[in-house]
Amino acid sequence: MSALTTPPRDPRAPLPGARRTRARDSATSWPLRDRVGLALCWAAGIVLCLVAGSILLYMCFKGITQLKPAMLWTHPSAAVDQSRTGGFLDPIQGTLMLTAIGIAIAVPVGVGVALWLVEYGRPAPLARAVESAVDVIAGTPSVVLALFGLSFFSETFLSWMSFRAEDAAFGRSFMIAGTVMSLIALPLVVGATREALLQVPNHVREASLALGKTKASTIRAVLLPAVRPGIATGTALGMGRIIGDTAIVILLLGNTLTIQPRDGAAPVIGLLQGTGSTLTSYIYGNSPTGEGNAPEKAYAAAFVLLLIVVALNALATRIARGRGKDTAWIR
Amino acid sequence: MPPPPIRKISLDAPPTVVHVPPVPLAGNGNGNGHAGPAGGVHTPGPPPSDAPVLERMRCDAVTIAYGSKVAVNRVDLPISQGEVLAMIGPSGCGKTTLLRSLNRLTELTATASRGGRILLDGQDIDQLEVTTLRKRVSMVFQQPNPFPMSVFDNVAYGLREGGSKRPRKKELLEPVENALTRAGLWHEVKDNLDHPALRLSGGQQQRLCIARSLAAQPEVLLMDEPCSALDPISTAKIEELILELREQIAVVIVTHNLQQAQRVADKVAFMYLGELVEYAPGEQLFNAPQAQRTRDYVGGAFG
Repeated sequence: MSALTTPPRDPRAPLPGARRTRARDSATSWPLRDRVGLALCWAAGIVLCLVAGSILLYMCFKGITQLKPAMLWTHPSAAVDQSRTGGFLDPIQGTLMLTAIGIAIAVPVGVGVALWLVEYGRPAPLARAVESAVDVIAGTPSVVLALFGLSFFSETFLSWMSFRAEDAAFGRSFMIAGTVMSLIALPLVVGATREALLQVPNHVREASLALGKTKASTIRAVLLPAVRPGIATGTALGMGRIIGDTAIVILLLGNTLTIQPRDGAAPVIGLLQGTGSTLTSYIYGNSPTGEGNAPEKAYAAAFVLLLIVVALNALATRIARGRGKDTAWIR
Repeated sequence: MPPPPIRKISLDAPPTVVHVPPVPLAGNGNGNGHAGPAGGVHTPGPPPSDAPVLERMRCDAVTIAYGSKVAVNRVDLPISQGEVLAMIGPSGCGKTTLLRSLNRLTELTATASRGGRILLDGQDIDQLEVTTLRKRVSMVFQQPNPFPMSVFDNVAYGLREGGSKRPRKKELLEPVENALTRAGLWHEVKDNLDHPALRLSGGQQQRLCIARSLAAQPEVLLMDEPCSALDPISTAKIEELILELREQIAVVIVTHNLQQAQRVADKVAFMYLGELVEYAPGEQLFNAPQAQRTRDYVGGAFG
């Protein structure tokens, strides 16, 4: 054995007779088919970057040049003279309110559905039915949901959600639009939370149960903190869907240029029962296809919308991180 | 010199269950005629414990099946305070299943069913509230699994009713320090009690999990291969810890590592294909196994 031991050697010195080898990309020796495939993959990635970059740059450029700060705090008004149509304060408020309502409904319900599916999920046929229901909602175009919402919320017994004219409810309000908006965010919250729950190894649940805890307190104290990043991801995705949706706003929010609280109602309730518009419907209205036909306002509003989306996403990520940043268990 | 012939285990041989009363060992081998493959090397077990040996749990003809597949077949086994019981055997022999049944974790598997009785201090564990049972019979898992919260909250978790934040931190500091000290982790984490537990190293995480189990003052501690994901230094620390713990609580450890069983176990139970093949003091089981299968297993003929 002792014959094999060698005197200590500087580990950085090259071994005698050794030479440095370099990993060589062997694509040159590939068959033509594979080389063409590789080239197409490269091209696809680069083209996508260019497309995304040019959209962003174009919108930012157009937006910044068209945006006047006063637009952010001026109420819009209908006028033939473009200099009198004001800004888009109300659509900004509408976007924020609608998002808040939609998320406030979608997140608790979505997290609850995901918890039930993963942690209980029995009887199995019911679980499959719930999964299909989530998929159906996820797959339904929002305009179809909006159309359904319009007829459903026009029922008289739901007149407290909007306001009532003659013997039918109006069927258009922040409350109603927010409720239907929560449906389009729901599948995203369910999906992300469910994925996060499935990532938690079973022995972590068992460890809590083995300490004499009930299933409920295990979910509350261990699982919910563990899936917080997942919930935030779902929330961010859901917010993106809500902010970006136009069909529901046009059909269910009344699409009035300014926020119109319900007459004679309490301040906040009246606002929820009232109508309004959002930045997306404002952009649609001011685009060349809409009745406003003021593209410069549309560009400015689109730029603000972009900023809001980015800010809300950052906020959601920030909340998700919290303290439990690296929840990586050994599996 | 040619190596000794490798004996294949015969699957259809009738199981020879040998129950040996816990007698003080007088020398090695009591004239059983067979010099097992491990017979030549005398391996000392752990130093004897000072605490009196007191039976706390007992398995009484326990049978556990998953669906129609029997995982544990009519096992009788005593579990005593003051000594460490190691369960050894090849993968799939039912040792983990038996361990998990001791605090009714097997019930979490939908298809599992159990026959026979398990007694804790003479009382059938099926009669106990399951949360009460699990507070008295706690478990440490193969993989370190601290919860996504601070070191302090992890240890305090078992002390807080229903997972709420009450009682307050000040009242819990003493029991938490006590548990961390018993797990040999206090000096490493005392300045970082607010740090997330998932930032600790693997060995520290596992000792934190042990501290978490100890905080609730369990009477029996079940350990399911607690060192298999750890490095040798962490393993040595945990083994040392196990030997200290046996003074106050009954410790049952499942292990794949025969050397580990030799190092820590006062009693060893060898299981194979769901049967308890042999239960004996560690020294005897390793040096003078009574059953052919035990001899084959500890001698390395299969595994």
